[in-house]
Amino acid sequence: MLETIFIDIANWIRNLLGSAGVPALWNDTVMMLVKLTAIIVFILINALWLVYMERKVAGYMQARIGPNRVGPKGLLQTTADIGKLISKEIIIPKNVDKILFLLAPVLIFVPPLTIFSVIPFGKNMMAIDLNIGLFFVFAIASLSTLIFWIGGWSSYNKYSLLGSMRVISQMVSYELPMMLALLGVIMIVGSLNLSEIILAQESAWFIISQPIAFLIFFIAAVAECNRVPFDLMEGESEIIAGPYTEYSGMGFAMFFLAEYANIMIASAMTTVLFLGGWLAPFGLTFIPSWLWFFVKMYVVIFVFMWLRWTYPRVRIDQLLGFGWKVLVPLSLANIFVTGIGMYIYRALGW
Amino acid sequence: MLRTETYTVNFGPQHPATHGVFRVMLNLDGERIVKAEPVCGYLHRGVEKLAENRTYQQVIPYTDRLDYLAAGLQNQGYVETIEKLMEIEVPDRAEYLRIITAELSRIASHVLFVGVYALDIGAFTGFLLCFRERERILDLMEELTGSRMTYSYARIGGVAADAPEGWLDRVEKVVNDLPYYFDIYDDLISGNEIFQARTKYVGYLSAESAVDYSLSGPTLRGSGIDYDLRKAKPYSIYDRFNFEVPLGENGDCFDRYFCRILEMRQSVYILQQAIEQIRETDGPIMAKVPKVLKPPKGEAYHEIESSKGILGYYVVSDGSNKPYRVHVRRPSFVNLGFLDEMCRGGLVADLVAILGSIDIVLGEVDC
Repeated sequence: MLETIFIDIANWIRNLLGSAGVPALWNDTVMMLVKLTAIIVFILINALWLVYMERKVAGYMQARIGPNRVGPKGLLQTTADIGKLISKEIIIPKNVDKILFLLAPVLIFVPPLTIFSVIPFGKNMMAIDLNIGLFFVFAIASLSTLIFWIGGWSSYNKYSLLGSMRVISQMVSYELPMMLALLGVIMIVGSLNLSEIILAQESAWFIISQPIAFLIFFIAAVAECNRVPFDLMEGESEIIAGPYTEYSGMGFAMFFLAEYANIMIASAMTTVLFLGGWLAPFGLTFIPSWLWFFVKMYVVIFVFMWLRWTYPRVRIDQLLGFGWKVLVPLSLANIFVTGIGMYIYRALGW
Repeated sequence: MLRTETYTVNFGPQHPATHGVFRVMLNLDGERIVKAEPVCGYLHRGVEKLAENRTYQQVIPYTDRLDYLAAGLQNQGYVETIEKLMEIEVPDRAEYLRIITAELSRIASHVLFVGVYALDIGAFTGFLLCFRERERILDLMEELTGSRMTYSYARIGGVAADAPEGWLDRVEKVVNDLPYYFDIYDDLISGNEIFQARTKYVGYLSAESAVDYSLSGPTLRGSGIDYDLRKAKPYSIYDRFNFEVPLGENGDCFDRYFCRILEMRQSVYILQQAIEQIRETDGPIMAKVPKVLKPPKGEAYHEIESSKGILGYYVVSDGSNKPYRVHVRRPSFVNLGFLDEMCRGGLVADLVAILGSIDIVLGEVDC
């Protein structure tokens, strides 16, 4: 019942439209729109909640309380903040490239939205079941680099430019180990389909069979999300706010919320690839699969926050050095070891 | 070859990492610093000139506003200069109270430094944790002086008020708690791998150039030169206490930072001895000084070890009730002199680490 509640709702809408005599093409279009709306609502509500959660986690880690004024336990704090940001004037400084400057905060939400369409939230619960899902996710995810660059470049500000240059070099050097780390997983599964990757973890999660890949992937994911200790892009003590420096009001809020959307994606992908996705551990199947997915996702998100409120920021040369000199060789070694392991595995005929 | 150009970035005066309104004109080659030219004066209030139109006692509150993070030390430096000029003997109990406020100020200043430095390097939690301890010290100072930051506690010839009842016990409790907090800093900040990577071998300052540029305080001692006025030329009653002068080895940002952590531990040690000794010292807290101070014609220079370095006051008297000239040797300002050479060849992020490690207070730099 609870297990399939979202799928049931989708089927109910489809049947309703079908019985009302709506042609199949229109039926599909409507279903697509429904799924899209669901994803947008999901992202926005989660982003709002994550901002609140981050401030609470930070509060407790820093021996204080965190937001507790607006709404019960301060739950409406983010809503109030966003309300304030919306009501603010959007300042367009002189000399900026107006079109690009205004386009960047709008475009920034496109990659997360697109990616969420292929992520399996639960058993058979995904907007599109793509057979190259993994490839699709990372192809789209790297697009957000470009949008940060657009924002930084069009701002006509040296701090923004420095920040966006850092984003580019950071993404280029961390995308590579991320992909190479995942090759280990792909070799074992033999498929890029996210559902199949999850199903392959029925016996053991990949965090157990691919611990090094998990570590590399997680570090690279933190870097991809521009989170501490890799938040060089907006290192506020160095370059003010990086590409966001000139943005005000909703433009800034969009970047701000997109950061949390990106964290959700990184955590969701970690869950799918290494923590068994929606699979229930220890046979606890009475809890619905989508709930398992969220629980795991939020555990990963908590680790993200934990890191953020503990570590200082690395320097750009250390960041690049770590990426190229440690993570890339390590991930290549991981592929090699995985290959040999698989060969032995097959030779023994287990 | 690609033709590249350097470009100029105004680092400040409105910038989160300059600890106030300080400006560094950076000449950058990509992210590398070619030249860093400090520009100060955005917080200039003319304290030295103002002092010429105030009576000797009225100058004391102005000294608070120089280094507002360690006001107790600033007061002490000024009043001791006037006492030197007028040859006033200060009662023992007042001396002890001054030492206690001075060392508490030093700890408050260093604790804030540790927090702000962590923030400069990017660790926000360290910043807020350090405020927690600073708060306890400020509460104590508020109880004693009525003010949380600008104490104006020292008077020419003594101190403003005796310690309230039970205050010394509360100081003792806080002081005994402090080493536990310093251990937390060591765990969270000093021991952190990334923090060390960011600060070790960054902003090298050799012992020779530190002396050449007349740097002082933990900035000097981080380079391994054993020169602490409290030990080298004991003023006030520092010769009665037993303590060590922590030194660095490499002269990098980490050593300068760690010197301060160790110095706080020594301050705790001094405070414990001072509290023990003041309990056996009774008596007046003010020497017999006339209501209207008219120091004899002449001049006096006196320097103390403030939390930032050697703080010197130079006062010229023309025999009237107002100083003819007051000059302050501000350690923050002098220590900034070497900034450019420390930064060259580093990255933008290094500038933040270096500037933070000098521990400047803009009220003092611009005077």
